[in-house]
Amino acid sequence: MFGDLADLYQEVILEHSQRPRHGKRLACFDASAKGDNPMCGDRVQVFVKHAPDGAIADVGFEARGCAISVASADLMAEVVRGRSAAEVKEIAGKFRALARTGHSGNPDDEALEALQPLAGVHSYPSRVKCATLAWHALLAALQGRKEASSE
Amino acid sequence: MNVMRLPKEPAAKTIADARADFPILGEKVHGVPLIYLDSAASAQKPRAVIAAMVETMERQYANVHRGLHWMSERATDAYEAARVAVARLLNAREPEEIVFVRNSTEAINLVAHSYGRGVLEPGQALLISEMEHHSNIVPWQLLRDERGTGLRVVPVTDAGELDLSAYERLLAAGPVGLVSITHMSNVLGTVTPAERIIRLAHEAGAKVLLDGSQAIVHRPVDVQALDVDFYAFTGHKLYGPTGIGVLWARRELLERMPPFLGGGEMISEVTFERSRWAPVPHKFEAGTPAIVEAIGLGAAIRYLEEIGYPAITAHEAALTEHALARLASVEGLRVLGQAQDRGGVVSFAFERIHAHDVATLLDRSGIAVRAGHHCAEPLMRRFGLDSTARASFALYTTSGEIDALADALAKVREFFH
Repeated sequence: MFGDLADLYQEVILEHSQRPRHGKRLACFDASAKGDNPMCGDRVQVFVKHAPDGAIADVGFEARGCAISVASADLMAEVVRGRSAAEVKEIAGKFRALARTGHSGNPDDEALEALQPLAGVHSYPSRVKCATLAWHALLAALQGRKEASSE
Repeated sequence: MNVMRLPKEPAAKTIADARADFPILGEKVHGVPLIYLDSAASAQKPRAVIAAMVETMERQYANVHRGLHWMSERATDAYEAARVAVARLLNAREPEEIVFVRNSTEAINLVAHSYGRGVLEPGQALLISEMEHHSNIVPWQLLRDERGTGLRVVPVTDAGELDLSAYERLLAAGPVGLVSITHMSNVLGTVTPAERIIRLAHEAGAKVLLDGSQAIVHRPVDVQALDVDFYAFTGHKLYGPTGIGVLWARRELLERMPPFLGGGEMISEVTFERSRWAPVPHKFEAGTPAIVEAIGLGAAIRYLEEIGYPAITAHEAALTEHALARLASVEGLRVLGQAQDRGGVVSFAFERIHAHDVATLLDRSGIAVRAGHHCAEPLMRRFGLDSTARASFALYTTSGEIDALADALAKVREFFH
């Protein structure tokens, strides 16, 4: 009955939204920021733990939102682990393009491949912000801000 | 023998016929027929409204109240006829008590500005309720922040009704100048006990504003019988166009209130030393008004009069009862509020499925519902939720559409499990 919605709600998305692996506040963290989407009420807080070399050791999050926003936050937490702030910024930019257009411009990129299940949101313009919310919060945390500025 | 053929009296329009009057309801979305259950956000428009607006622009359009030529006189007559239609709808004493504004939000802001800053006495508090739309919260917060006016909030019970004993306590807790409360909740569908609210407020020396944005769509409203002081509603939820709303107030209140916006149309004389205001309601209608939209609203009211409120109220009561029964049988679905007196608005939530995901799935089945906080965040918090999905019914809604909603919701649950 919901036919083409399988593109949006792929198994991977449903799995990550229902049983997020990183959906918790980290016991100790170095940075944290909140993001909210006042239009729909989605809220996320991202926690970041750095490794001694400055790379990201761990990311956790607390989210109240739709399946897309929770799954996106969870996939993000997996993808950014072990990466530097500069790499995260680059991936975030490519992911934003993926969510808006369905293409990231670099299909061989390992990080982008993991985020590919979210490409379906580009057909649902009102849901693109759900997918990018956690990324905005993460970038804010890495820049030492407490809140993500909305797009 | 010649039989004189008299033109037949047109039969009163029935609810069953009415659906065909709304062209948009024949549209398809995502390849399936549209099931529009978002009328509480904005209602669809009957041909009569669309035609009246087109007719105005094609045949008798000019600016109003500058009637030195034929076109302006016709446009002014049509604009003022719309005011008469609104006065009839509300059973106002006279059309001069009808102020045209953009929407309910502007009507409430007008009262907050002109009554709140111009008439309310220092020390008099404001009373609102926990189930208000943001448009009946924020204007009063602005007034509170500017003037230090007290702002008290009447709580809502678990059943989604106004807590009347708390209301009485809050009225007694110090002087209250104005009670501003919804006549029907846009989230819970609860119809508030307006007569009682008003009687108690008047006994306490307070005036009452009712936000009728939702109520007037579903119930007849008689401002004289209610004995209310201000009544606000918006045209686009009442099958009229956007950009036109109404503030009704007792003439003596309108006369005591200073203007809201200044400009043309609202003056009787202007010099650089001072200006004198036009008589009510024009004192509150600065600038060229929404002429075409007001005429469209007049047409919507005449359309409703053809069908009649008894038929609309009965139809929507049956739909609401049907919806509550069908939704109660959807596993895992929670329906908000069990008010005794309620109109055609039902909010619901699945424990583990977010309202936006619900709305996206329903949309692909052609079903349009609202999802989110419905501009009533404090009420959402009261019920421990961030968001709900909401189905709302209109005179053109069918019970088959409600069945389709319930069936689709059962499938939504399967999809996410």
